[in-house]
Amino acid sequence: MKHETIEKNIGLMGILVLIVISFGGLAEIVPLFFLKETTKPVEGLRPYTALEMEGRDIYIREGCNVCHSQMVRPFRAETERYGSYSVAGEHVWEHPFLWGSKRTGPDLARVGGRYSDEWHRVHLRNPRIVVPESNMPGFPWLEENVLDGELTAEKLRIFKEHFGVPYTDEQIANAKAEVAGKTELDAVVAYLQSLGHAAPK
Amino acid sequence: MSNFWSWWIIIITAIIIVGSFVVLHLTRKMEDNGEETTGHVYDGIEEYNNPLPKWWLNLFYITLVFSMGYLFLYPGLGSYKGYFNWSQESNWEEEVAEAEKVYGPVFAQYQDTPIKELIKDENAMDIGRRIFLNVCAACHGSDASGAPGFPNLTDNDWLYGGTPEKIVETLVNGRQGAMMAFGEQLNEEQISQLTSYVVSLSGMTAPEKEIAAGEKLFAANCVACHGADAKGNQMIGAPNLTDNIWLYSRSRKVIARTIRNGRNGNMPAHKEILGDAKLHLVAAYVYSLSNKK
Repeated sequence: MKHETIEKNIGLMGILVLIVISFGGLAEIVPLFFLKETTKPVEGLRPYTALEMEGRDIYIREGCNVCHSQMVRPFRAETERYGSYSVAGEHVWEHPFLWGSKRTGPDLARVGGRYSDEWHRVHLRNPRIVVPESNMPGFPWLEENVLDGELTAEKLRIFKEHFGVPYTDEQIANAKAEVAGKTELDAVVAYLQSLGHAAPK
Repeated sequence: MSNFWSWWIIIITAIIIVGSFVVLHLTRKMEDNGEETTGHVYDGIEEYNNPLPKWWLNLFYITLVFSMGYLFLYPGLGSYKGYFNWSQESNWEEEVAEAEKVYGPVFAQYQDTPIKELIKDENAMDIGRRIFLNVCAACHGSDASGAPGFPNLTDNDWLYGGTPEKIVETLVNGRQGAMMAFGEQLNEEQISQLTSYVVSLSGMTAPEKEIAAGEKLFAANCVACHGADAKGNQMIGAPNLTDNIWLYSRSRKVIARTIRNGRNGNMPAHKEILGDAKLHLVAAYVYSLSNKK
């Protein structure tokens, strides 16, 4: 087949381009859906509680993931600062994952337990109260918005049925009660405190 | 990685490399036909149909050779670990081990020096301050003077005790302070009376009548933790209420809120985060803030 033939048949060229690209995906992407390393949860991983799940959605809504990554890379400078490096098995129940690639603020993959709940409350309201150098915006409305939990059970159900996250029927049934009446701030703090709970030591 | 997926990757990668070579080989144009054009004419402008320069064409071949070299030396072909046996995990381990060799002794050299001695060592205090800025400053502030709810570490006023041993204990295990909420037992008037009594203990003014009533309420509700003399109890982290040093705020509003809703002060444990040697240094630094040599 001469180059001319390909160049002058745009349909043929399109098909060949598609084949070339898909071969890359077949080798690099497809196996990830089936490998134990990338599909098996690490020891100690538990699904987000109803409140943490709501907190995660608020985290996404407020765009926290735009400035904060959630993946500690295997470099000393990172593990020294944040803790053990992230592994794929920690994220098998993340949909979508929030690894991120840009750090305006620090990585949050290991932030759970690092600060007290009270610190997070103060810091989320206005970060400069505790960290005068901070350029993070404040989120004062989080403590005013109260969750009704109407959609919480539905969220857990979707994660269970579509993504295979092992929620029990009991957890789904109790989801609304667990969330209703709590503030968005409660939810975000609960979510933040859960991050890295299954970090390999 | 199972054998199936390993071979899957190896075979597809081989197909890609060989396929790229075949496509490149079959479609290259070697001979220069002089004035031959592609036949396109735009506004009288024509395009020569010259072959790709040799060096350019060769670059394509070189990338193919490079890929084979790379896949031989480094992991890429399924489970094959590569000639160098490189992995990001082992790379990290080496990096950490190397740094430990260099920096480990720097921190470890101070470990056997008692904290009371260590605060005289300027190098050690510099190191301790650096660690403090990295790990502790987010709550206690870069000057260690704290923030509402996060204790000032420079004033020699201690919730759990300021001896070297107590500071180390606080760092190792963290602290869980809890004041119960009295909003259920006490009505707003009583909370106001109690607040008046509490501020009067630190010499602030408040209505005399409220103070007297508040003193009775204090005796009934608060002495178990804060003591009959209101000087607190370092065993459980109950603050001294007589020294005009306030963890949250001196304002009546905040004090009333504390009585109504209770408080939960939580210092996370830092044993795992810091390790013994660094923890010793940062404890010494914190001790030095209130105990100048």
